[in-house]
Amino acid sequence: MKLEDYELGGTPLRSSDIKKGNVLTTSWEPNLAYAWDDGVAIGRYLAELKNGRIIGRTCYKCNRIMIPPRMFCELCFRPSDEWVYCKDTGIVNTFSICHINWDASRRGPNEPPLIPAVIEIDGASKGMGILHMLSEVDPDDIKVGLKVKAVWKNPGERTGSITDILYFKPLRAPTKRAKATKKRAKATRKRK
Amino acid sequence: MTERVAIVGIGTTGFRPITPDVSYRELIFEAARKAYTDAGIEPSEIDGFITAAEDFLEGYSIADEYCPDQIGAVLKPTHTVPGDFLQAMATGFMMVKTGAFRTVAVEAHSKASNMKNISELIGFAMDPIYNRPLRETPHAISALEMTRYLFETCTTPDQCAQVVSKNMGNAMHNPYAAFGAEIESGDVLNSEPVSLPLHRLDIAQHADGAVVVVLADEATARALTDVPIWVEGIGWCTDTPTLEMRDWGEAAYARLAADMAYRMAGITNPVAEIDFAEICDEYSYKELQHMEALRFCMPGEAAHLLETGVTAIDGELPINVSGGALGVGHLFEASGAHKILELVEQLRGEAGTRQIPDVAVGLAQTWRGVPTATGAVAILSNL
Ligand SMILES: [Zn+2]
Repeated sequence: MKLEDYELGGTPLRSSDIKKGNVLTTSWEPNLAYAWDDGVAIGRYLAELKNGRIIGRTCYKCNRIMIPPRMFCELCFRPSDEWVYCKDTGIVNTFSICHINWDASRRGPNEPPLIPAVIEIDGASKGMGILHMLSEVDPDDIKVGLKVKAVWKNPGERTGSITDILYFKPLRAPTKRAKATKKRAKATRKRK
Repeated sequence: MTERVAIVGIGTTGFRPITPDVSYRELIFEAARKAYTDAGIEPSEIDGFITAAEDFLEGYSIADEYCPDQIGAVLKPTHTVPGDFLQAMATGFMMVKTGAFRTVAVEAHSKASNMKNISELIGFAMDPIYNRPLRETPHAISALEMTRYLFETCTTPDQCAQVVSKNMGNAMHNPYAAFGAEIESGDVLNSEPVSLPLHRLDIAQHADGAVVVVLADEATARALTDVPIWVEGIGWCTDTPTLEMRDWGEAAYARLAADMAYRMAGITNPVAEIDFAEICDEYSYKELQHMEALRFCMPGEAAHLLETGVTAIDGELPINVSGGALGVGHLFEASGAHKILELVEQLRGEAGTRQIPDVAVGLAQTWRGVPTATGAVAILSNL
C-alpha cells in the first residue's frame, strides 16, 4: 500500500454548507455541579472575612505566617501551629491593567479596566497574601510596592467569601507633589 | 534496572460517606503524613510523586496542578495519571525500575460527596453521538453487561446478591469501611429495582477518603523497613470504548491485565499460588465476572465457589475480606488504593480481627467503572 492509500479523505466544506444545515452536528451542554467542603482552614478564613478580618496560620518550624491559611505546612510537612490575625493592609507584589473580561470579551468604552493584583498582606510572611482587585486608583499611579488597604462590603452584605473584600485601594491618596510630578511626566510624554 | 520494587509505607484516612469537616487538601495531607511516617521518610527525601485524579471528578481543569502541596511535592517531580490508583502505581513502579527514582509516592483520593450530580458526570463519559442522546443512566450500561454475563454463565441474580451479603458482612470487621451491614441476599433482591437485573443494593455506594503509598527500590526498601511488601507483578489493559462492539459477557480487560501481571510475577496457577484477593465489586456481579477473568475458575464457576464458601474469609481463596467496594464504598480513582491498603495490612499481619492467617501472596484488581473497559491488576507478596 502507498501512504496515500491510508488517507481516509473527506469532503471540502464551505461555511455556507454548515449554515444551511448540510453538515450534521451534535451538541451537548454538560450539567455538572460541585460543592467543595471548605474544611478547617478555608472555613475559618471565610468566616473571618465575614467578620471583616484576615486570618493566617503560623508554622513555627519554618517561621512563616501563611495567608491563605492552611492546616499543614507544605514545606516541613507537618500540621501548622496557630491562628493569627493579620492587617487588612499590604503592598502590591504584582499587578496588571486588564482590558478584557473573564469570558475574554472586551470591556466597553465606558468601563474602566480591571486591575488584578497580588497583595502581600501586612503581618503575613513575605510573598504571601491575597490575589484581589485594585480600584479607586489611577492606573498610572500603581507600581510594585504600592501600599494598599482593603475596602470591605457592609457587614450585613458579607457572605463569607473572598468577595467580602470589594477591592483594595491605595492607603494614601497621591500627594499634591506626586500629582504634579505625574502631570509633568504626562506632558513630557505628549511632547515627545 | 533495579531488581525489585517494594511498598515501604502506606497511610489512609479511612472511608466515610461524607467528610464535611475537612477539605480535600486536608484529607489528603492526613493520608500522606501517615504514609511518610509509616515509611520513616520525609517528603523532601522522596524522588517522585504521582496522583491519580481526573479533572471532571475534581471539578478543576488541570486538577494535577493542585496536587503538590498536600502530598509534600512542591518543587518536586510530580505528575497525575487520570485513571485508577493501580494505573498510577504501575507508573510509579516503572519510575523506580528505571533506577532514576529510588522512592516514589503515589496518592489517590475520593471526594465523591462534593460531586453534586454524579449520574450526569458519569453520563458525560459516554459517547456524545451514539449514546448520550438516549439519556440512559450509566447504571443501565452495567445492567446490560450483567444480563449478558448471567446469560452466558447461567449465574442467577440471587447468586450476585450473595456477593453483597458476603462483602457488606466482611466490612463489619473493617474499621475503615463505610457500609458494613448484616444483610441477606433476599434483602438485595427486595431492594428497589434500579435498572434490572440491578437492584439498589447490588450497586456500591460512594465514599470519601484518601490513600498514599510509598514505593522504593530494593536497597532503599531494606534500609527503611523489616517488612517490605514486594510488587511482584503489575498489569493493565483497556478494551474498546465502543459499547456497540464490546464483549459484554466477559471482562477481557481484566483477563489480559491479569495475564500481564501473572507473567511478571511468574505465576502459572493463580488459584494455587495466590492466597487472597481484593477485586472490583462495584456492582455485585462484577466480583463473579472478575473472578473468572482472573482465571480463579472457569467461566460460570464463580458463583459455585461463592456458594461453597471458597471466597469467604475462612475459605481457600478469600475475596474482598475488606468488604470490597460494596462494603468499604466506591472510591473512584482510589478504588485500587483501598485494595492495596488491604493487601499491605494483610501481608504485614496488621489486619486485626479480619486477619487471614499465613498469607504470603495477594492480588488486587480494579476496574475504572462505567462506562470504561479498563482494568489493572497488581500482585504483592511479603516473601
Ligand atoms: Zn513549616
